[in-house]
Amino acid sequence: MTNPKGRFGVHGGQYIPETLMNAVAELEEAYDRYKDDPDFNRELTELLNEYAGRPSRLYFARKLTETLGGAKIYLKREDLNHTGAHKINNVLGQALLAKKMGKTRLIAETGAGQHGVATATAAALFGMSCVVFMGEEDTVRQALNVYRMRLLGAEVVPVKTGTATLKDAVSEAMREWTSRIADTHYCLGSVMGPHPFPTIVRDFQAVISREARQQILEKEGRLPDAVIACVGGGSNAIGSFYHFIGDAGVRLIGCEAAGRGVDTPETAATVNTGRLGIFHGMKSYFCQDEFGQIAPVYSISAGLDYPGVGPEHAHLHDIGRAEYVPVTDEEAVQAFEFLSRTEGIIPAIESAHAVAYAMKIAPTMAKDKILIVTISGRGDKDCAAIARYRGEDLHE
Amino acid sequence: MSNIRKAFANGKAFIPFITCGDPDLETTAQVVRAAVANGVDLVELGIPFSDPTAEGPVIQAANLRALTGGVTTEKIFDLVRDLRRDVTVPMVFMTYANVVFSYGSERFISTCAEIGIDGLILPDVPFEEKDEFLPVCRKYGVDLISLIAPTSAQRVAMIAREADGFLYIVSSLGVTGVRSHIDTDIPSIVSVVRENTDVPCAVGFGISTPEQAKKMADLSDGAIVGSAIIRLLAQHGRDAAPHVGAYVKRMKDAMR
Repeated sequence: MTNPKGRFGVHGGQYIPETLMNAVAELEEAYDRYKDDPDFNRELTELLNEYAGRPSRLYFARKLTETLGGAKIYLKREDLNHTGAHKINNVLGQALLAKKMGKTRLIAETGAGQHGVATATAAALFGMSCVVFMGEEDTVRQALNVYRMRLLGAEVVPVKTGTATLKDAVSEAMREWTSRIADTHYCLGSVMGPHPFPTIVRDFQAVISREARQQILEKEGRLPDAVIACVGGGSNAIGSFYHFIGDAGVRLIGCEAAGRGVDTPETAATVNTGRLGIFHGMKSYFCQDEFGQIAPVYSISAGLDYPGVGPEHAHLHDIGRAEYVPVTDEEAVQAFEFLSRTEGIIPAIESAHAVAYAMKIAPTMAKDKILIVTISGRGDKDCAAIARYRGEDLHE
Repeated sequence: MSNIRKAFANGKAFIPFITCGDPDLETTAQVVRAAVANGVDLVELGIPFSDPTAEGPVIQAANLRALTGGVTTEKIFDLVRDLRRDVTVPMVFMTYANVVFSYGSERFISTCAEIGIDGLILPDVPFEEKDEFLPVCRKYGVDLISLIAPTSAQRVAMIAREADGFLYIVSSLGVTGVRSHIDTDIPSIVSVVRENTDVPCAVGFGISTPEQAKKMADLSDGAIVGSAIIRLLAQHGRDAAPHVGAYVKRMKDAMR
């Protein structure tokens, strides 16, 4: 679906400073060289299987299904991966690529901290140095992940500019990359930014739907009726959708963080409330004001608290292939609690947005329908914040 | 001929960067007039953006002060209309792609032409993406200024061949901001530029002292100074105009 300039319909592109153009060209060239290279793929598969614990389970959530009383619900358990989220899929791929390119230093942005932890993990494994940029606000929300990154040997830089959240961490990582390119790979964590990142990250995350498609065929002998995943930048969602895009009968549903509601300014539901713009290297949909100033978005979930969405999602929305629905903080928290109690699985608050939408539609569907919900990460990191949301004075 | 050429017609050009609305538009107008009175050859007016990814801390803070003060694209158009009553040196806008795109490229660029803006610098629009804005810029006679970076290498010739207005040579890796040393090989970049175009080129990023300005201007056709001027604004706020005027005079004198 990618044309030579990295476009998805009108979206995508390379809107970055001239200083970075040769760096992205070098990355594209390296990726084109290695993506179909048998040795590279053998090495990556071994890392994914032996180190990260793939393939991840496609778990039939019997109790959840029975409680909701409608469609059969399968959970794609990315939370069981090493480091506790889908982020490791992309990071192992990019770190291996960076190693082949002779880079010795990884930099990354992080919101909830999952991508930062994954990058710090890969850097430790590959013997690379690592700097992670994280909004100061998020370092407070996700203090445990800051500690994990430092434990893994990474330097964590709190970003104080702007809203001190994910978008500011991305801006700061881009600034850092322009100042030090020769030995440094920017390990971008989502399907966003300038080409070739949206394509590279998608390809590395596509392992989710490659497995899920095969697993559901083995278990049910047919494809699901819908695949549901949460969308911030959109990496676990595009990974969950990718190998189903050609299957017209499979609904693809991305759950955006509506925060306190899409009719309030405290939302991060980009496709639902944003409009076309150019930011962070790409043309896509962004939450912005009438003069193109990027909006200070909000969500309880640090990982979905981003004012844009990956260009391929913007395109899938334009052509009507995927639906993007808003899920509020309150709905996500209820789902976080509900899945914990019914299945004994504590999902990341990000993933809880997808669970919340499944809880809405499953009861309206016949019992022979099938839903796959991607649990993109585990929720241990969120327990303190959710307790505070519920009025409990719990600190890590 | 592009109006911007006039800036390079009388020796080396000194080009200040000023963030519009920092701390308010009245101050911006005073600062621009003080700079012009002291001999600047071209004025680079920044339209603030919420997330200026090419800027260092000094200009980031100026963007924030300006936006907090309530400046908008339309108020800046009015500022330019006011300035054009007496300011005759070429003026260009420096902003980010989304400010132009979101306003509507045709609506934004046609307004630039109407109010007397001669060029547009968009640091997040590289050569490969310039068709987003170039056809409209050419239609209205507003020069889309291209940038060349220390990492441009084999790209310099390609960029120079299609340059309009002037070429902005980024002196160093990284973001805008004052630097004690500039160690990029500017002469070899300029020599490739000269082989490929007669469009003038000026060096920016990291220049703050008269000595640096003279050195960079000697190697090219001019020097661009941003953060050092913005620091005067941060320091003196609404009283910055005479300080900027005196600074411009020192820089301009050094470059003669």
